[in-house]
Amino acid sequence: MLKFTAEHEWLKLEGDVATVGITTHAAEQLGDLVFVELPEVGAELTKDGNAATVESVKAASDVYAPLDGEVTEVNQAIVDDPSLVNSDPEGAAWFFKLKLKNVSDADGLMDEAAYKDMIA
Amino acid sequence: MDDQTNDQTALKITPLHALHLELGAKMVPFAGYDMPVQYPLGVMKEHLHTRAAAGLFDVSHMGQVIVKAKSGSYADAALALEKLVPVDILSLKEGRQRYGFFTDDNGCILDDLMITNRGDHLLVVVNAACKDQDLAHMKANLEGCDVTLLEDRALIALQGPRAEAVLAELWAGVSAMKFMDVREVPLHDVDCIVSRSGYSGEDGFEISVPQAHAVAVAKALLEHPDCQAIGLGARDSLRLEAGLCLYGNDIDTTTSPIEASLEWAIQKARKTGGDREGGFPGATRILGELSNGTTRRRVGLKPEGKAPVRSHAKLYADAQGVTEIGEVTSGTFGPTVEGPVAMGYLPVAQATPGTQVFAEVRGKYLPMTVAALPFITPTYKR
Repeated sequence: MLKFTAEHEWLKLEGDVATVGITTHAAEQLGDLVFVELPEVGAELTKDGNAATVESVKAASDVYAPLDGEVTEVNQAIVDDPSLVNSDPEGAAWFFKLKLKNVSDADGLMDEAAYKDMIA
Repeated sequence: MDDQTNDQTALKITPLHALHLELGAKMVPFAGYDMPVQYPLGVMKEHLHTRAAAGLFDVSHMGQVIVKAKSGSYADAALALEKLVPVDILSLKEGRQRYGFFTDDNGCILDDLMITNRGDHLLVVVNAACKDQDLAHMKANLEGCDVTLLEDRALIALQGPRAEAVLAELWAGVSAMKFMDVREVPLHDVDCIVSRSGYSGEDGFEISVPQAHAVAVAKALLEHPDCQAIGLGARDSLRLEAGLCLYGNDIDTTTSPIEASLEWAIQKARKTGGDREGGFPGATRILGELSNGTTRRRVGLKPEGKAPVRSHAKLYADAQGVTEIGEVTSGTFGPTVEGPVAMGYLPVAQATPGTQVFAEVRGKYLPMTVAALPFITPTYKR
């Protein structure tokens, strides 16, 4: 199941684990990324708290935690090559996997249609 | 250039505004103007294109100002302006340009500018954000001179190793110009003022065009396959790699020219013992610093890791953030350097290239090495 946040993140839910990344729209808005900083595996994230940082030539931007949970895995590939976030934001350029504190929290997020309406 | 203003309500536009929209630019408010920050190519490729070929920049937001003595004498205009800038303007030859800065009574920098000897008058180009203030400053203080803002001219920068070839399509005489030469030439049957200078570290030109013809000239230049429109985003990363100051970031009314490592712009005639020693605002401090040095200096800073270190990041002598010693004034990712680059101020003792300092970024202390400026090798045609 795919969910979206107003902060332009996508979550792919599998059981109680969400794979999180930023949307194509967000990647386009940010422009060419040159640096990505990801949370540590094991970090406890709080919804709307800072989870990661991405930087373009122009500016740094925060990526917020979409829900409460614990980071179980991070994608080193986007740290090594930040441009992957521009080329495949909703695929290979996922950011981290989050073991959700309450899976039901995801019910409050947008589905794809609602997100598309929001950015339209 | 200056910090951007975000007042969207009263944004001014340049004569090339419609062309930017036609080219698909992403527009942002900058110094009161609606300006292109990038085109569909994106900041990274725009930067690299400028270093490899030629980039066209709209810098029409900058102020082009004529200073003419009522006597009609160049020397009178030059000597009047010398009262505001620590630069030798009197000996500037006709058709030559020089960098300078307005100083205040504290010996700090009110704005930086380009000054051209145009025969019987001076043409000065000032930053967009300081334009009104500079104009008032000159009108109030340039005795016996008429000061006129040219509001009917665009300014187009053409920068990069192919800039000469691109401009040669419109004017074959371009190859005779050297760095900092200024010529009045017909481009597209329009009288333009062309200087061989810029803000990218590359060879290139700045072209002052009557506004009614600005789009035609820009389009004629963009027709060349090597020429691409470039936004303010890449303009900033290009100038930072080239070690050039951004007014409002790297220099302002809290920095003296000597602290800013700009003493190269003060010629012998204006220094202690020179023909026209001092005689500009803040001369006591500036000449004193030329003799005795300063406590801090603007330096290049190379982050050792991959993270860009941005302006206002605090600099420390130690990795624990105990002893604060300075601040980053500009920082970004340098596409040509293929890594982060920055500039900032450090105490003289820590300002030697090779010195390691630490910048506070998101609660971490990231190592940076003081580096010689510029970060790239300029290609100015001297």
